Amino acid sequence: MTIAQVFDYQRPETLDEAVQILAAHSGDVRVLAGGTDLVAWLRDEAVAPDLLVDIKHIEGLDQIADEGDALAIGSLVTFTDLLNSDLMASRLPLICEMSATVGSTGIRNRATLVGNICSAVPSCDAGPVLLVHGAVVHTVGTSGARRIPIEEWFLGPRMTALTPDEIVTKVVVPVPVGGHGAAYVRLSRYEGEDLAQASVAILAPPDHGFRVAFGAVAATPLRARRIEALLEGKALAPGLVAEAMALVAEEISPISDMRASKEYRLRMSEVMLQRGLQAAVGRLEGDGPSYGTNLM
Amino acid sequence: MRMDMSVTVNGEPWLLTVEPNDVLLETLRSKVGVKSPKIGCERGDCGSCTVLLDGHTVRSCLVLAVEADGHEVITIEGLHQGGLTELQQFFVDLNSFQCGFCAPGIVLAAAELLEEKPQPTREDVQVAIGGNLCRCTGYDPIIDAVLAAANAGGKRTR
Repeated sequence: MTIAQVFDYQRPETLDEAVQILAAHSGDVRVLAGGTDLVAWLRDEAVAPDLLVDIKHIEGLDQIADEGDALAIGSLVTFTDLLNSDLMASRLPLICEMSATVGSTGIRNRATLVGNICSAVPSCDAGPVLLVHGAVVHTVGTSGARRIPIEEWFLGPRMTALTPDEIVTKVVVPVPVGGHGAAYVRLSRYEGEDLAQASVAILAPPDHGFRVAFGAVAATPLRARRIEALLEGKALAPGLVAEAMALVAEEISPISDMRASKEYRLRMSEVMLQRGLQAAVGRLEGDGPSYGTNLM
Repeated sequence: MRMDMSVTVNGEPWLLTVEPNDVLLETLRSKVGVKSPKIGCERGDCGSCTVLLDGHTVRSCLVLAVEADGHEVITIEGLHQGGLTELQQFFVDLNSFQCGFCAPGIVLAAAELLEEKPQPTREDVQVAIGGNLCRCTGYDPIIDAVLAAANAGGKRTR
C-alpha cells in the first residue's frame, strides 16, 4: 500500500530558509527528520499535511555538542548516533541506556531523539529521561528563538508546545554536578520494535535529591513529584521503597489498550520503580548493574 | 509535484522522476526493478523491506523516495557482484532460512553488524536482527550462521 494522500515537499539548506517556508505556508505543514513516525502516520492518514519540510540538508543539526555543564543534542542526531557517542556514554549514560531500547537498529539508524519528543506519543522513550535530567528544548521561528523547559513541552498525546512556524534546533541536557546514578526501566512485550507498555526513568544524585518520571502511563510522560518529595535526601531503605511504590497509583493514570491493561501497567510500574531505584543508587555507589542491562 | 532525483542503486546511477508521496520501497521495486526488499508490515515493525542507505540499514517502507536523492542504496542484489558473499554462503550451508521472505532484511542486518563489529557475541547478533521478524525458523539457525561467518574471520560481508 502506497501513501494515498498528496503533499508537496521542500528541502531547505538553511534554518532561515526553513523558517521562512514555514511562515509563508498557511496550510498544515510537517517538519520531516528521520520520518520513522511521520511516514507511517502519512500512510495511516493520521496526519494530512499539504507540505513536508525536510530538514536533513540543514548543516549543523546533526551534532552532539559539549557545552561544558550540558550536552546539546541537535535535531538530526539519531538514536544510533547517541549510542555511538563516547561523550554521551561517559556523561549522560541514561540517554544511551534509553536509546538502546528504541525500536530496532534499522529504526535507530534513522529516528532522531528530537523527532521522538516532537511526535510526543505517550510512550515516547526520550520523554521520561529528558524529564529527570531537566532538559531544555531550543526552537527557532518567525518570532525568534525560544527555550522551552521539557516540563512545559508535552501538552497531550501527540501535542507539544511547538507552534506551527517553529523548528526544534536542539535539546540541551544538563549534566548533573558531582556525579550521579540513573536508570531507565522499560516494559514491552518483546525486544526489538515494540513500543513501551510502561517506562520509568530515575536520576539519583549524591545528595539523594531523586528525580523520577514515568512514560506510557498517562497522556504525557510525567514527573512523579510526590514520590520525589518522599525520597528527598533519604537512604533507600526497604520500607521507604515500599512507601514510594504505594504512591505510584496516585502519580499515574494508565489506560487499557492492545498492549496492556491498566491494572498490569500500574502493578508493573510499581515494580519498575523499585528496580529502577535500586539500580540507580547502585550505579551511584559504583556497584550497580552496568548501563544497558535489562532490568525487566 | 513531480521531482527529479538521482540515486545510486547497487552501484548503478539512476535518474528518477517521483512524487513526494512515493515511498522508497515501492520505488525500488516498481521503478528500479529490485525485488529483494519485501512489502511486509509497511510500518517499520517487520524488517523485510530493509536496505542499506549510505551503508546503514533503514526501513525502506518508512523512507520517502525523494529522501534518497543523492544517496546510495544497496540491496542484497548489490552486496557482491560475483554471486554470494561468504556471509550468505554460511546461511545456505546452515540451511538458515525456510520460506526466505525475511532473508534479504536479515542478510543486510547481519552484514551491517559484521562491518561494524567483526567478532560479535550471540547477544550482539540477537540485537542486530531484533527488528527482523522470521516466522519459520525460531532464529537459531540464522544466529548460528552469522556467528559462523564471524568465526571464519574478518569482514566477509561484501
